[in-house]
Amino acid sequence: MVEPVAIIGVGMHPWGKWGRNFVEYGVAAIRDALADARIEHTDVQFIAGADTMRNGYPGYVAGATFAQAMGWTGIPVTSAYGACASGVMAIEAARQRILAGLCDVALVVGADTTPKGFLAPAKGERGNDPDWLRFRLLGATNPTYFGLYARRRMDLFGDTEEDFAQIKIKNARNGLNNPNARFRKEYTAEEVAASPMVADPLRLLHICATSDGGAAVILASMEWAKAHGHTNPARISGVSTVTPTFPNVVIDMPNFSTDSAAGLPVAPRSFKEAIGDAAYAQAGIGPDDIDVAEVYDLSSALELDWYEDLGFCAPGDAHKLLRDGHTHMDGRLPVNPSGGLACFGEAVPAQAIAQVCELTWQVRGEATGRQVEGAKTGISANQGLFGHGSSVIVTRP
Amino acid sequence: MGKTRLPAVEDWFTIDDEPRLIGTRCTQSGTYFFPPEHTMSRAPGFADSTLERVELSRTGTVWSYTNAGYKPPDPYIPVSDPFEPFVIAAVHLEAEQMVILGQCVAGVTVDDISVGTPMELVLETLYEDDDNEFVVWKWKPIATATPATGSENN
Repeated sequence: MVEPVAIIGVGMHPWGKWGRNFVEYGVAAIRDALADARIEHTDVQFIAGADTMRNGYPGYVAGATFAQAMGWTGIPVTSAYGACASGVMAIEAARQRILAGLCDVALVVGADTTPKGFLAPAKGERGNDPDWLRFRLLGATNPTYFGLYARRRMDLFGDTEEDFAQIKIKNARNGLNNPNARFRKEYTAEEVAASPMVADPLRLLHICATSDGGAAVILASMEWAKAHGHTNPARISGVSTVTPTFPNVVIDMPNFSTDSAAGLPVAPRSFKEAIGDAAYAQAGIGPDDIDVAEVYDLSSALELDWYEDLGFCAPGDAHKLLRDGHTHMDGRLPVNPSGGLACFGEAVPAQAIAQVCELTWQVRGEATGRQVEGAKTGISANQGLFGHGSSVIVTRP
Repeated sequence: MGKTRLPAVEDWFTIDDEPRLIGTRCTQSGTYFFPPEHTMSRAPGFADSTLERVELSRTGTVWSYTNAGYKPPDPYIPVSDPFEPFVIAAVHLEAEQMVILGQCVAGVTVDDISVGTPMELVLETLYEDDDNEFVVWKWKPIATATPATGSENN
C-alpha cells in the first residue's frame, strides 16, 4: 500500500465549444479549486500542468503557462503529456513531490481548446510518425480503433448495438443535472440508432465529441491538510500510470499492428487490466470495494470493456451488468455518474483530472443531482494512445 | 495510363503478384515486427539479438473490422468525391502471432466479413498524382472461403 495524499480542492470550467484561449479555462478551474481548498495561490508550492498539443507552445509547457497566468511565485513546475492520460501523469508528478516530502501543497491543472471533428495528427510530411502514417496509409481515425473493439465484442460476447445505445442513454441521463457537462439532453434508442454511422458498428451518438474545458485539483500531504482545517478530506489512495507489457496482443492506437506473440509468452493480464490492477494494489483494495467509477467512454462500447478490465465482472459479461442495471445510478456500482464523455466530450489534458474532480465530489457527498448514495471509494480509468495507462482511486472513510 | 507504380511507403511490402508485408524478426526470441524494426529488437531482454528481414504470411483471419463512414482528416488523401466509405480489417497472422491493420479492397462492405473470415494480402492504389500511382497493402476476403455468416448490422 502507498500512503494517501489529500485532495483539498477541486474545480472545473464547464465543458463546451467556447472557442476561447485554453488558459482561461484552466485559470477558472484553478480559482475554483483554490476557493474550494480555502487557500491562496501563494500557498501553492508546486504546479503540474497537463499539456495540450493543439494550442501552440503555451500548451506544451502547461505548468509554466499556468504559473505565469496565476502570477509567478518562483515555485517549481512540471508539464506532462500522455495523450488522454496526461492529467493523471500530472497528478502523479504532484503526488510524488508530496510523498517525497519536497512540498506540502501542489496544484494540478489541465485545459484544452479543441478543433471541430476528428482529432488529427500534427501537420507536415512525417513519414516516421505512426500517428501520421495511420491516417495517410489506412485512413484510420481514433473511432476506427473504437469500432474494432466494439465489433469484436459483438462477435465474441454477443453485445448488441442496443447495448451500446443503452450506455449512451444511461450516461446522458446521468449528466442531465451536471453543471459542468456540455451535452445535457436525454436520448432514446431510436435517436441513437438513427444517427449516422462513423465506424461500424459505432454511430455518431456512440462516439464522444471533442470539447473545450479545464479542470484542477489541489493536493496536499495528509498532515498539512489536517493541520489546515481539512479534517476528513477526500484522498488519492492509488495512481496508475502503467504501460503495456511486451507482447501486447491487443491493437492499440495509433499502431499498425500488435506485438508478435510468436517468441515470448503473453502476460496473464492485458494492458487495460493491468491499469486497474496497479491502482488497486496501491490502495490495498479490489473491485468489490468500489462504490462508483468514472471510466473513459470514448465510445459507448468502450465503457463495457472497462467493466471487465477493472474487474467488475468476468470478461464477456459486461453487457449483463448493464442489462441488469448494476451500473445505473440506482444500481450497486454506478458508472459515469457525471455523464462521462457522452455528456462532456473530451478535453484531452483536462479529462483525467475532471474524473478525479467528480470522484472527489462523489465521496464528499457533494455531487448534487447525480450523487451515488454513500459513496466512499471511487475509481477512474482511461487510456492514452501510445501506451499510457491512467487510473486513480479516490477514497474518503 | 503509363503511370509509374510506386509504394505509398518504402520497404513495408513487396510489389509483385503475390505481395507480402516486409517485417523483421528477432532471431533470438523469435518475435516478429511490423512495420519492420531496424534499430533494436523490442523484445525485452533481447537487445543484442539480430534483426533479420522477413516476408510475413500473406493470409490470415479477421480479428475484427470496422469502416470509415466519414472522410478521415488530412493527411488521408481522398480518392473519391463524394467520399465513399471503406472497410478496415485487423487480420491475425497465425505464424507471426500478430494482428495487422489494413484497408479492405474496394467493394468489400462490413456485411462481407466477420471475425474469423480468411483474408489475403493484395496491393491496390491508395492515391495518384499526375505521374504516379501509389499502392498500399489491402486485405481481401479469400474467394474460395465459406461465405461470411452473421454479423448483420442490426
